[in-house]
Amino acid sequence: MDLDIVALSRLQFALTALYHFLFVPLTIGLAVIVAIMETVYVMTGRIIWRDMTKFWGVLFGINFAMGVATGIVMEFQFGMNWSYYSHYVGDVFGAPLAIEGLMAFFLEASFVGLFFFGWDKLSKVAHLIVTWLVAIGSNFSALWILIANGWMQNPVGAAFNPQTLRMEVTDFFAVLVNPVAQAKFVHTVSAGYTVAAIFVLGVSAWYVLKGRHLQLAKRSMTVAASFGLAASLSVVLLGDESGYLSTEHQKMKVAALEAMWKTEPAPAAFTAFGFPDQRTRETHFAVHIPMLLGLIGTRSLTTEIPGIDDLVHRAELNIRVGISAYDALQQIREAGSTGAVPESARNIFEQNGHALGYALLLKRYVDDPRKATPEQVAQAAQDTVPAVAELYWSFRIMVGLGMFFIVLTATFFVLSTRRKLDAYPWLLKVAVFAIPLPWLAAELGWIVAEVGRQPWVIEGVLPTAVAVSNLGATTLLITILGFVLIYTILIVIEMKLMLKAIRKGPKEQPVPAPSVYRAEADPELGALRSTPLSAD
Amino acid sequence: MILHTLLSYEFLRVVWWLLLGVLLIGFAVTDGFDLGTGMLLPFAGRNDLERRVIINSVGPIWEGNQVWLILGGGAIFAAWPQLYAVSFSGFYLAMFAILVALILRPVAFKFRSKRDDASWKARWDLALFIGGFVPSLIFGVAMGNVLQGVPFRFGPDMHIFYDGSFFGLLNPFALLCGLVSVAMLVMHGSAWLQLKTQGPVAQRARAYGSVAAVATVVLYALAGFMLWSFVDGYRVTSSLPPDGPSNPLLKTAEVHASAWFTNYAASPWLYVVPALGLGGALIALLGLRMRAEMLTLVSSGLSIAGIILSVGVSMFPFILPSSIDPRASLTVFDSSSSHLTLFIMLVVTVIFIPIIVAYTSWVYYVLRGKVDADAIREDRGHAY
Repeated sequence: MDLDIVALSRLQFALTALYHFLFVPLTIGLAVIVAIMETVYVMTGRIIWRDMTKFWGVLFGINFAMGVATGIVMEFQFGMNWSYYSHYVGDVFGAPLAIEGLMAFFLEASFVGLFFFGWDKLSKVAHLIVTWLVAIGSNFSALWILIANGWMQNPVGAAFNPQTLRMEVTDFFAVLVNPVAQAKFVHTVSAGYTVAAIFVLGVSAWYVLKGRHLQLAKRSMTVAASFGLAASLSVVLLGDESGYLSTEHQKMKVAALEAMWKTEPAPAAFTAFGFPDQRTRETHFAVHIPMLLGLIGTRSLTTEIPGIDDLVHRAELNIRVGISAYDALQQIREAGSTGAVPESARNIFEQNGHALGYALLLKRYVDDPRKATPEQVAQAAQDTVPAVAELYWSFRIMVGLGMFFIVLTATFFVLSTRRKLDAYPWLLKVAVFAIPLPWLAAELGWIVAEVGRQPWVIEGVLPTAVAVSNLGATTLLITILGFVLIYTILIVIEMKLMLKAIRKGPKEQPVPAPSVYRAEADPELGALRSTPLSAD
Repeated sequence: MILHTLLSYEFLRVVWWLLLGVLLIGFAVTDGFDLGTGMLLPFAGRNDLERRVIINSVGPIWEGNQVWLILGGGAIFAAWPQLYAVSFSGFYLAMFAILVALILRPVAFKFRSKRDDASWKARWDLALFIGGFVPSLIFGVAMGNVLQGVPFRFGPDMHIFYDGSFFGLLNPFALLCGLVSVAMLVMHGSAWLQLKTQGPVAQRARAYGSVAAVATVVLYALAGFMLWSFVDGYRVTSSLPPDGPSNPLLKTAEVHASAWFTNYAASPWLYVVPALGLGGALIALLGLRMRAEMLTLVSSGLSIAGIILSVGVSMFPFILPSSIDPRASLTVFDSSSSHLTLFIMLVVTVIFIPIIVAYTSWVYYVLRGKVDADAIREDRGHAY
């Protein structure tokens, strides 16, 4: 039954997180694209750029509301479904979430209202600043959430405190400059830019195909193609695999992504194609490209990348060390109230405490890890191998899509510089049908990152299976069904409204509209009032 | 990092206890009028235009206001991890209900006026009402349960076990606290509508607001009386070193009648706090009668602050007492984050809260004045 709770809790988190991430990347990217468009408007004074800003702004708004609504769920769920996790790492993990609120959410949420309602209350420049603040806010939020997530993958700057029985920060700076977090931030934000660029490209291509709003659509395509080319180059070249090799389990993730069962002499070959089989530990029909993996993964000809079997062996050693740390911790804890902690226990914990998490892997099989049988230890070591085939294919599809985005945006970039954006209708169709693909790649990216981290929730520190709240299966089923129901209804409505807004198209060259609010006669506000707009 | 030892652990813990109050009050005072207008929507607005006026009165700002809740969640996670872990998992289904309401609200704002269809709009109006009513009620009910103690305990490795049920939360005292919360936020929402609207909407807001202000006074006083007569408090029975490790199991505590009034008995000047709760609501009532728009809003905000703060003062140093194992109760001095984390978070907060207050004020300043019904009727601008 315990396992069911873990599986259900993971299912709920995965569903709500993947759903939330349908909206986040478009928010991150579209905010920047809209800000770029408005910058052009303010610099050139051409009305069409304001129309573009407003039109893509409407789509941004529909999407933003969904991102806000589903984002609160994410923040509350750590406490609701992962209470032991929250206790165990809240000292470290909570801080970036709180800072995200202070630095990022307030910024984007306070100014997003003015973006929509402030066109006639603010000067051109003031409104442009507001738009950029929304864009900066949404990008900052990605920074902080990825610092939090990066710490789950590579928990630096923290240590276990036997008195409070949890992880506590020892070096906050290390948490901030965590290389995994930095790599993830660049990769994820670039992915958001790619999603938005291909969205703008595809919707504009549809207008061009229909012969509608040609001026606006072509200009939008130019912005989207150049922005998208830079973004997709960045997302592929600065993939976060580079950060993976810094820790033991991230090595396991790389080995699993590549289905590399055995350690090979450096530089290792890249398996371009194959069917990994977790039970027999081999990859059927494998097609190898010599040396490539070693070069990508280590950027050297001599560094070895360890294979899965070696890493399992290392995990088993770590579990044994972890058991002695667990034993020492129990002695320290039991002595806690009397204050007489045996010196030996303290020394053992000092030396072996880093492997404590490995002992907790045994909690799936036995309440007291010290009583684990050798078979259980071996089984727990095997558990450190994530789902290889899923990772192998998710990763390959994601990378393949990334390559495709580079080709697609590069093509339209060239067409745009030659002023031939409407010359090849079939290419426009490709752009329309490409709209959903960046979302697929982004979701696969999260699957690679988080499934690849299993069985850990904090890698090497806390196994997922012990991190859950003690909830009933019925309770979890109620909320899972509730989320599925609400989320399904909302996505249908959201898509309909998006499509309706797209079909309706931009309002071009509207008469400058007075505001929703009755403006008061106030000479001081003169500077903030909008100046008459120059015609294109 | 040696810098953080400049401020003592005890000091940081008390400051973060105060900041917990500041965040709750920040949420209740800013997003509170959004929730209140949501509850008033079907009653104060009788036709589509009136309802759109009400929605647009909070349209550009509710999103920023709601961040107080998100920040509150994040700050509790960062500064009081066990409070976050125990309360969010313990009140699981109640939290889920809040989440559903808070999911419906943003989309309702955004989607309602995107289709010209009466039943479509009616459905989203209902969503906005639920989105206002459910969180208001549940936050109050949660407060009522916290005052009575919550059935949780810790295992030896600090795993949390919760022995209550969703319906167990809905006991008479907690429901009374829920009603206090609903009444005070309706009062606050009315104060907001009086400020931002005119004509029949403002007129109705004044009428409902007066009822809500009276209800706030009566229900809050009744809740205070119930707390005095029927609800047992908790007290620590061992030493509780203010700079000790954050492990609740290192102390002992017990249930003790009238323990929730010992702080007031020890320092009678603290009665200023509940007096602010009552007095603020009475002045708000006066303000609604006199059409003193700003006075009403400020005094209803002060009333909310007084009511929330009075609970904190009464329980200090307890934050979340446990009814089944009082020793597991979370207090200010044994359930916080580490010394270093509290310090870093304080530095970040001290830098950013003034910046946030500054730009939020600017946004309100830009959007000042009454909502213009004519502009909405003619669909000018990006009105909801």
